[in-house]
Amino acid sequence: MTAPTDAGEAEAKPAGKNKHNFSKDNLPLEINMGWCKACNLCIALCPTQVFEPDRDGKPIQARPEACTLCTICWVHCPDFAIVSKHK
Amino acid sequence: MPVVEKQRSDVILQYLRPKKKFPSVWCPGCGNGIVMGALIRAIDKLGYKRDEVCCVSGIGCTSRMPVYLDFNSLHTAHGRALAFATGVKFAQPNMKVIVITGDGDALAIGGNHFIHACRRNIDITTILINNFIYGMTGGQGSPTTPAGAFSTTTPYGNVEKQFDPCGLAQAAGASFVGRSTVFHTPQMEKMIMAALEHKGFSLVEVIANCHTYYGRLNKQGDPVAMVNSFKENAVMLGKAQTMTPDQLKGKYVIGTLHENKEATEFCDEYQKVVDVRMAGGKAR
Ligand SMILES: Cc1ncc(C[n+]2csc(CCOP(=O)(O)OP(=O)(O)O)c2C)c(N)n1
Ligand code: SF4
Ligand code: SF4
Ligand code: SF4
Repeated sequence: MTAPTDAGEAEAKPAGKNKHNFSKDNLPLEINMGWCKACNLCIALCPTQVFEPDRDGKPIQARPEACTLCTICWVHCPDFAIVSKHK
Repeated sequence: MPVVEKQRSDVILQYLRPKKKFPSVWCPGCGNGIVMGALIRAIDKLGYKRDEVCCVSGIGCTSRMPVYLDFNSLHTAHGRALAFATGVKFAQPNMKVIVITGDGDALAIGGNHFIHACRRNIDITTILINNFIYGMTGGQGSPTTPAGAFSTTTPYGNVEKQFDPCGLAQAAGASFVGRSTVFHTPQMEKMIMAALEHKGFSLVEVIANCHTYYGRLNKQGDPVAMVNSFKENAVMLGKAQTMTPDQLKGKYVIGTLHENKEATEFCDEYQKVVDVRMAGGKAR
């Protein structure tokens, strides 16, 4: 068995630009708001605080430039509501 | 088997039953969905065809999972998933048979089926989602409810001791036993892949959050607090071996706890007897 990738061990880099150059016009993720149940897991687990909750508690990509495509949000989304646009 | 290493977020959607309504019936943040995602990615990475996979379950929140999965599915009676799965495996030995079960389903009403499936070492992969309580029926205590913990049937604290599903499986004869949590999802996914590829009875116990009942009755907070508590309380097997039983109290030892590639498998052994008899020989 290979050593586990501890989701929480992903480096918490400060929010800011990275090699992916995501922005409000070039979002890293597609969120299916119809399936999202506002459980807050993605918002709380994202190591670079990409999300802000909207009025219903569903995630808005408020700081897309900070996304490192680390996969943590969507592997923990229990409702398959997050799809990464960049595989 | 072609193993695709890259993580892809969109594969899940390809394996959901098109006629089912989504989102699922599970509570917001329920760990069952996290395990379902990991299971789908594991199957996809191993490249199994849909028709060669059969998911079998009993009754419970966890046991609703095969209803959503676009494989061969059997949603059976409470506790009996392993009995049905044994029949499927026996009739179709090349089928990848996966049992998805809860702690109540597998260890209370289904406890006998569980130990005997382990004892036979039949080639079935069992994913036991352990949320320490009966979720579906409103939070009654289960065989994994820790001593002292609260449930609707242990309102003054549980006076019973809890089962260790992994220890039970290993002692009964299972040849692959591992534990993970819904926090350690990438590890869980790899463990499910290893379990599926293992020949013999494999158990993957996943510690998961039922915040609606277990979390609320034991003041463990929302899904985020519970998932983070699994991170805090999980100890890798290697580290656990250097710790005392006292230090390990309340911790979850994670990793592949037991693996025996030499153990003979039930369907193979049966086939050997059939072959001898068909050739006109004596069984022994
Ligand atoms: C024969 C029978 N007895 C009892 C029940 C009621 N029942 C349904 S689900 C369940 C327990 C489920 O608990 P668990 O297996 O831990 O799954 P969870 O809901 O926590 O995922 C019980 C007792 C039933 N459906 N059938
Ligand atoms: S992939 Fe998700 S969790 Fe990771 S940085 Fe991007 S938004 Fe955050
Ligand atoms: S993890 Fe999924 S369901 Fe939960 S808030 Fe995020 S997108 Fe919504
Ligand atoms: S009751 Fe518990 S196990 Fe059932 S869906 Fe809700 S959180 Fe999940």
